[in-house]
Amino acid sequence: MEIFQQILFVAALAATAWYITKRIKLIARAINLGRPENRFDHADERLKTMLLVAFGQKKMFANPLVGVMHFVIYAGFIIINLEILEIILDGILGTHRLFAPYITPVYPILIDMFEVLAFGVLAVCVVFLCRRFIARVSRLQASRHRELRGWPVSDATIILTAEILLMIAFLTWNASDSVLRDRGVGHYGELQGIVPDFLISQYLKPLFTGFSDTALVAYERTSWWLHILGILAFAVYVTYSKHLHIALGFPNVYFSDLQPKGEMQNMPEITKEVQLALGLPVTTEADGAQANDNGEQPPAEVGRFGAKDVQDLKWINLMNAYSCTECGRCTAACPANITGKKLSPRKIMMDTRDRLEEIQQGWQTNGPDYRDEKSLLNDYITAEELNACTTCQACVNACPININPLDIILQLRRYRVMEESQAPASWNAMFSNIENNMAPWKFSPSDRFNWADQVNDAN
Amino acid sequence: MTQEVKTYTVPTMADMAASGEEPEILFWVGCAGSFDDRYKRVTIAFVRILNHVGIKFAVLGPEEGCTGDPARRAGNEFLFQMQAMSNIQVLNGYNVKKIVTACPHCFNTLKNEYPELGGNYDVIHHSQFLQGLINEGRVRVKDGESFKGRRITFHDSCYLGRANKVYEAPRDVLAALDADLVEMKRVRANGLCCGAGGGQYFKEPEAGKKDVNVERVEEALGTGADTIAVACPFCMTMMTDGVKNKNKEDSVRVYDISELIAQGQGL
Repeated sequence: MEIFQQILFVAALAATAWYITKRIKLIARAINLGRPENRFDHADERLKTMLLVAFGQKKMFANPLVGVMHFVIYAGFIIINLEILEIILDGILGTHRLFAPYITPVYPILIDMFEVLAFGVLAVCVVFLCRRFIARVSRLQASRHRELRGWPVSDATIILTAEILLMIAFLTWNASDSVLRDRGVGHYGELQGIVPDFLISQYLKPLFTGFSDTALVAYERTSWWLHILGILAFAVYVTYSKHLHIALGFPNVYFSDLQPKGEMQNMPEITKEVQLALGLPVTTEADGAQANDNGEQPPAEVGRFGAKDVQDLKWINLMNAYSCTECGRCTAACPANITGKKLSPRKIMMDTRDRLEEIQQGWQTNGPDYRDEKSLLNDYITAEELNACTTCQACVNACPININPLDIILQLRRYRVMEESQAPASWNAMFSNIENNMAPWKFSPSDRFNWADQVNDAN
Repeated sequence: MTQEVKTYTVPTMADMAASGEEPEILFWVGCAGSFDDRYKRVTIAFVRILNHVGIKFAVLGPEEGCTGDPARRAGNEFLFQMQAMSNIQVLNGYNVKKIVTACPHCFNTLKNEYPELGGNYDVIHHSQFLQGLINEGRVRVKDGESFKGRRITFHDSCYLGRANKVYEAPRDVLAALDADLVEMKRVRANGLCCGAGGGQYFKEPEAGKKDVNVERVEEALGTGADTIAVACPFCMTMMTDGVKNKNKEDSVRVYDISELIAQGQGL
């Protein structure tokens, strides 16, 4: 019986590891569709940003109450993983609370801490469900935000419910285990005097006092299996879900933009054309003048100007898309969205990920070199959305993990204007004014200094 | 009492170069500061302050051209780089080291985007420049209009604030006035855009339930302020239009921070 459980456990573990590896490879391949860009520079600054923003959750505390609640789930996730280690080893070796005899004095302290966190996670998940469905926080409502309709709302509900169930399984498992230990049943009894009652689960013990020994052992085994299989299944689920942010949030912050938010990235491939047009000496690549801030050289061949599809974006844009957990702080801060325009920065990120997942599915059904006819621009993101952006960077500022929706918007705009000449008519007029009059308006350049004539006039 | 007649002058770089001189600072006027009737008043106010404190400055005059900011943000990188490189040729030709501008969009572009194209200058916004003059005691708000009892709220420009983290300088400048400063709910890093950036100023807004400037002006009016202070030509227009939209143009005025300082100094 015991060996059968061990074999089953190892098989479940191996299957999960194999499947997750496959998923990681697929996601990595999708992210690598993006154009290269060196984000391995300034390691000190990047590390500092990651410690503050990812580990320290700095930006989550913009709303301190929500910040604390999110921190409980985050700390719970990180720290309860220590307990998972024991559970996994118990599963493989067929042992029961493997660590308890070796670290007897600290063992209850550790489990007490896990239980407090587990209870915290459970409570916060309940509050988060209430925020979605009872308090109806605006940025989380599908009725208000079309990008949330359907799967995204289910995804969020599944995640919160799964976490609640996992925590219930963990706490009741401890409780049923304690009752079995008290009754001295089988190997459970061996822990008498080594493992005491725990901080939270001791209050759940009365639930199990009416159980027979057999029923109790059955519950103990079931909750143990549900807890660990639940965790394994959840780990697989996460790779399909917005909840991937628990893994990608950290690297995403590490690789995030370091330059001032107002700075738009230069297009070195255009510099050469402009130098030729103006009759200026062309700075060659060897001069390094065309290398961008990160010191990398532009690609040898000139691709598209701007971005039409995901492969025209940079890999960090695509990692951003996989890291987004659809919290909607960007959209709640967006002036265009606040005033009822179609643009939603969150939708830009969700569209980018949806497009990547569509490409992945194409690979899986039609082979790894498959290319479809669709594109991020037009099939997912429309001109109306792009044109509504004021480039105010409120979305970039609002994101707790430094995702940059604006960068994608601007690259798509570049494609529309430079490759398709699809600017709104009044923008074309502005362009021709700049070109001909050196100002966005139709004034004669020779009148530019006329204001100085009024400098001594009365106010 | 005889009124002293002040004469303000605006030297150009070309004049200075002809007489073999170099200014301490180049005042980059920008397109709005040169052509927009309302913002010309801001340019003039700032030039008067520069004259008053006796700083050796110059402007490019007819040699200045759009930095290319609206073209770049609308997606026209070619046009942006054409503008940038022409301007850099002019600026480098005059050996310009330090630039001050009253436009956050010019400020951001000159400061952050020109270096990669060969234009390296020490660029500051006029709010920072005025802050410096006030801190050094070179600008004292006296002899002019009193602001006692007036309520001023400051609207953050995105390209000054979030884009370049200049939040305190314009507030410090306003603090030199004897007015009450009141803050809106969305300020500094959380400031709400006026709706003009990213090329929006040059086209009609997309369909929605409200215009962005109206949303922002409602918030500004909610503070009970009689003066909305701005530090950007595009914010100036958007906020002024918003105030008109709310039929408050008789009781609420929109001013640039340099105009308020000039008023306080009686310039």
